[in-house]
Amino acid sequence: MKQVIVALAISFGFSIMAEAQTVASIDLKNLEGMTVNPLDIVGKGNPTVICFWATWCSPCKRELNNYMDYYVDWQEETGVEIIAVSIDDSRSISRVAPFVTSSGWEYEVLLDPGRDFARAMQVINVPHTFLVNGKGEVVWTHNNYAEGDEDELYEELLKLVE
Amino acid sequence: MKRLVLILSLGLFASLSSLAQNEDNNQGVVTGNVSILWQSYQEDELIGAVVPPSKTGFNAFSNIIYTKANFSAGLRYESYLNSVLGFPGRFNGTGVGYRFARYQDRDRGVDVTIGNFYEQFGDGLLFRSYEARDLGLDNAMDGIRLILNPIDALRIKLIYGKQRLDFDEGLINGEGIVRGANAELSYNDLLPGFADSKFRLNQDFSFISRFQTGGTIEKDDIFLTLPENVAGLECGTRLQYGTWSAGASYTHKINDPSADNGYIYKPGEALTYFLTGNVNRFSFLLHRSVTDNMSFRSDRDLLLFDAPINNIPAITKPHTYNLAATLYPYATVINGESSFRGELYYSLKRGSTLGGKYGTKLSLIFATAYSLDTTNFSGREGLVNGYERNSWGFGDSLNVQDISFEISRKFTKNFKMKAMYMNLRFNTLAVPVTTDYKGIVDANIIVLETQIKTGKKQSLRTEFQVLTTGKDEVEEGVYEKQDKGDWATVVAEYTWSPHWFLSIIDQYNFGNSDSSKRIHYLFGSAGYINGPHRLSLGYGKRREGIFCVGGVCRAVPASNGFELTFTSSF
Repeated sequence: MKQVIVALAISFGFSIMAEAQTVASIDLKNLEGMTVNPLDIVGKGNPTVICFWATWCSPCKRELNNYMDYYVDWQEETGVEIIAVSIDDSRSISRVAPFVTSSGWEYEVLLDPGRDFARAMQVINVPHTFLVNGKGEVVWTHNNYAEGDEDELYEELLKLVE
Repeated sequence: MKRLVLILSLGLFASLSSLAQNEDNNQGVVTGNVSILWQSYQEDELIGAVVPPSKTGFNAFSNIIYTKANFSAGLRYESYLNSVLGFPGRFNGTGVGYRFARYQDRDRGVDVTIGNFYEQFGDGLLFRSYEARDLGLDNAMDGIRLILNPIDALRIKLIYGKQRLDFDEGLINGEGIVRGANAELSYNDLLPGFADSKFRLNQDFSFISRFQTGGTIEKDDIFLTLPENVAGLECGTRLQYGTWSAGASYTHKINDPSADNGYIYKPGEALTYFLTGNVNRFSFLLHRSVTDNMSFRSDRDLLLFDAPINNIPAITKPHTYNLAATLYPYATVINGESSFRGELYYSLKRGSTLGGKYGTKLSLIFATAYSLDTTNFSGREGLVNGYERNSWGFGDSLNVQDISFEISRKFTKNFKMKAMYMNLRFNTLAVPVTTDYKGIVDANIIVLETQIKTGKKQSLRTEFQVLTTGKDEVEEGVYEKQDKGDWATVVAEYTWSPHWFLSIIDQYNFGNSDSSKRIHYLFGSAGYINGPHRLSLGYGKRREGIFCVGGVCRAVPASNGFELTFTSSF
């Protein structure tokens, strides 16, 4: 019990001085085999959407398929870039590239097989979506996907460019 | 007490760090998450559900990470009061199960972690420390990890520590010491002029060694000395050109007599290679893998989920549809298998006659695993070394064959449909997922999924699934369905974006040859989502089943009752 109190006290202490969540610095590989650190993509003035997904996660695939229908318009209106971070592990990681290519996704797809980036971003399960503003701060998150959720994301995106 | 000191020191470490770098106004960031799973149990003789002494099960954890500039520290608080049914029962009590402090200096290429960490070398066949929290698998390292980037082309990882084995009011590590190193080399960054080339060549080399106090074992009248230090080596190469890539890796482990392999001294080996690419609208993957005696644990006497150093992934696709995923989930035969998979994806163009207005996607996936091509030794040689592998080819005994074809199409703005056919041949002697049948189950599965948008933010998704098993001749002219016979599942899910969902699933064993076991497993749930917070409440029957991960499976008993889940991140 003591430990709980101490742990809570520490976290409470921290939360007093907490600032907005930012994007963790973890080196990941993209589908071309290049090392990409998500921290180097965000915070360049334009909003970024980071979607954690996996090839075995049906709602994740629905989410990213649906975003493709709007991606061109969203980019024109808000300059947003979508990063799709796959948490497929060694069992299914080799399926990511053929799946993405055949799905026609135009997102930057990054691979996080050890879930290092997911863990640093406090992702428990997928889909988990983060909206990051042009300063690199997380301004909105959503841990689920249902048809129509893209409307809420779009509204949040518009707020960033108003 | 130890834990208290640790938490305090983490806190102190964090605040010192914030003091030391207090020139700016950045006070650091605290992030965290919470996951709670509560289940109530009631007796149900029909499905064999029993009530544990505590009447309810409760698993919860919360991660808290403090980050300031290059420094981060965190802990995970875990509670198993008592653990939910199907979880390792010895996970007990409440306390800190994970804690770390990390310093990353990207500019100078230094990244050091003390305490717990997860890590993987190469494809994980030699070393993979990871967590699958919902299954109770967590082999987190506890020690030190150093990652060095002396030049862009080279990344070196050094690890030293023990592995998490158990939880009893706090973290309990296993007996063995695991130490190792990994080097990743990028030739594009090494050779001038190739940095932005589409051709990419990477190699990685890994070394892992386990120390565990030795001793002797007696087999018949032979006394054998157990090796205290067991080492393994892995090297992998990956060549990439745009979205085409090919890779191969070879792993070797020296003699490692263990409970898994019957304490034989034969070395372990693994060979994997793959090719993936795309031509026009076709994408494909070919993957071949042979693993031989590659079970590797930080304690040679442990089995199943306990203290694995490496991870041998299953060759089959992780299925998402209920019947395909839960009745016959395949896990690698850990002592060795020879496997292959091929996957083909094709997308029909949007606007074409066949593709329709929104396009159509097709996929064909084939995966199979056989025993190894081996010859058993006899006599003394058999006791000591067990067997020899004759080739890298396939043995005679089928473990699994999984063929699935899927087609998905969006017909209108508001209507989508997906259909899947799957044929499965599953050897329950190789992977014992059922006690009701011994041999190869031949199953066919058909799934039809539809999704209708019923309003701007509302949609109804349904799944109709049928699984039929083959028939065996039990007596002359008398046929009986294999295993539990035929199953059907119906799923209906209604969502109101962005907050609400309602779902119902009924799994019905309509074709069981024992008519008293033709049971409906009905489970309903409703939930509320608000940004990163998700709450759901369910009630109903859960079938006894098997959870499989990384070559091992665990039985989960049947249960009946309420289930409450809450997850949140902040």
